[in-house]
Amino acid sequence: MSDSTPTQLPVLNNACSRRTALKAIGATLGAAAFARALAPLTEWTADLSVDEFLQKHYMELSPEELKAVFVRLEEETKQDYGADVTIADPRPLPGVKFGYALNLSICIGCRKCAEACHQENNHDRPSGNSYIRVLEMAKGSIDLEQGNVDYDHPVPHEDKFYMPVQCQQCDNPPCVHVCPVEATWKEEDGIVVVDYNWCIGCRYCEAACPYHARRFNWVKPQVPTEEINPDQGYLSNRIRPQGVIEKCTYCLHRTREGRMPACLEACPTGARVFGNLLDPDSEIRWVLANKRVFVLKEELGTRPSFFYFFDV
Amino acid sequence: MASEIRKLLPAMALIIVSAVAAWGISAAMRNRSAPAQEDQFSGQLGDAAAKNDGNLQKKFPVIIRHPEGPPIVDSGMLDFHGQSVMIACSTCHATQPPNTQTRTTADLDQFHKGLHVAHGNLSCLSCHNQNDYDSLRLADGTRLEFRDVMQLCAQCHGPQARDYQNGAHGGMTGHWDLSRGPRQRNNCIDCHDPHVPAYPTVRPVFPPIDRFPAAGAAH
Repeated sequence: MSDSTPTQLPVLNNACSRRTALKAIGATLGAAAFARALAPLTEWTADLSVDEFLQKHYMELSPEELKAVFVRLEEETKQDYGADVTIADPRPLPGVKFGYALNLSICIGCRKCAEACHQENNHDRPSGNSYIRVLEMAKGSIDLEQGNVDYDHPVPHEDKFYMPVQCQQCDNPPCVHVCPVEATWKEEDGIVVVDYNWCIGCRYCEAACPYHARRFNWVKPQVPTEEINPDQGYLSNRIRPQGVIEKCTYCLHRTREGRMPACLEACPTGARVFGNLLDPDSEIRWVLANKRVFVLKEELGTRPSFFYFFDV
Repeated sequence: MASEIRKLLPAMALIIVSAVAAWGISAAMRNRSAPAQEDQFSGQLGDAAAKNDGNLQKKFPVIIRHPEGPPIVDSGMLDFHGQSVMIACSTCHATQPPNTQTRTTADLDQFHKGLHVAHGNLSCLSCHNQNDYDSLRLADGTRLEFRDVMQLCAQCHGPQARDYQNGAHGGMTGHWDLSRGPRQRNNCIDCHDPHVPAYPTVRPVFPPIDRFPAAGAAH
C-alpha cells in the first residue's frame, strides 16, 4: 500500500484475501466441532466424578488405590442413596472352586430364590430385576424355548417342572471372550465377574451368553434406603452404575467368606446344593458322584459350573 | 353364710387349679417354640461334612433343628384368658386304653376327630407308641423320642434320608465352609407335616416384570 492510496476506514483497509476468509471459516468450524465433541463432558460431571473417569482397570489398581476406590464408592452411595454401606473385596479362597447343583425333582417354582437375589444384590426395585429366572416347563422335555417365566398360579402344577436359571459360571465363558475391553473375566474360584467401572455397556456379553444370564442397567438402579443391603462387594452386589452389565456372582461377598449364597438360604425345599468342587468330601461332589447330573446346552462347550439333576 | 362359703370352695379350688395348669402349659409352650439348640443328631443321619472331623482344621457344627419334645394338642376349649387349652398326649392316653382297631381319624368319634391324615396306608399306631403316647415307635417296636423323629421317617424314606445325610435334601442356612462357621439344617417335619407329608402347593412370589408389555396386556 502506497501513500497515494486514498484514506479508508480502518476496517475496510484490511481487505481480506480468500485464503484468510477460508482460514477463518475453518477455524470457526473447528472450534464448533471441538465444543460439540466436548459437550458430553458438561453432562458427565454431574453423575461421574473425575476420579471415576480416570480410574484404572481393577487388575491394575494397587491395594491402596482399591481402598480409595471403595471409600469413594461408599461416599457416593451415601450421597445418592442415603445408606451407610461397606464395600469390601474378598478374594478367591485358595483351593476352592465353586459349584452349584439344583434338584429339579424338588424345586416347586416358588421363585423365593429370585426374590432373595433381588434383595441381596441391591437390584433395581421398579423393574423387579433378579439374576435368577425360573422357567416353568412341561414334563417330559427340556426345551428352554418353551419355558414360561410368567406363570402365576399355585405351584407346583402337576404337569410342569420348574428350572431356575442363573449364571452358570462357565469354564469356557463366551461372555468373557467377546468383551472388547476385558471388563469381565473369570477368577480362580470359577466366578465370572464384571468390573462395573470398566464396563462400557456395549452388551456384547449379554448377546453372547447362551443362558440369558446377564442383565443391563438401563437406568440408574432405584433402591429405597432402608432396603439397601449394606454388606457389599466391589465385584458383586454394590449398586451398579447406569449403563453397565451385571450378573450373578454366586454371591461372592458371602461365599468367599464361607457362607451360603442367598438363593440357597431362601430355598424352602432344599433343592439347591452349593460347595467346593475341589473338596472331595463336599456335598456338591457327592451330588456329582451319585446323581445323574447334566448341564444346560452342553453341546455349546461352555462347560458350566452349574449342574441340574432329577431324583430317580 | 357359712354354707355359702362352703358352696364357693369347690369353684375357687377349680379356678386356682386351672390357673396353675394354664401357667404350666404356657411355660411349656414357650419352651417348645424355642429354636433348636446345638445338638447334632446322634443317629446315622448326621451330616456328611460333619463326619470329616479327622483333619486338624476346626469344624463348626451342623445344627439340625428338632422338636423339643412330645407335641401338645389343642383341646378345642378356651381357658379363662380366652386362649386355647393345650394338653399333652398322656393327659388322656395315660388312662385311655389304646384301640388297635382304629386305623384312620375317620374311625374316631371324639378327640383328634377331623385331623387330616394322608400318609400312605399308615395307621396311627404305625408311628405313635401305644405303650407311651409321649413317644414314637420304630417299625420294630423300639421306643423313640419325638425329638429323634427323623429316624422314624428314614425307615421308609431311605433315598431321602441318604440325600439328607449327604447334604442334598432339605433346606439349610449358614456356611458351606464349616471351618468358617456353623450351618443350620431343617429336619423332616419342618417342611413335611408328618400327617400330610406331601409338600403343599404355594403361591409363587416375585413375578418378573415385563419391561415392554404388549399393548393391552395385564402388566
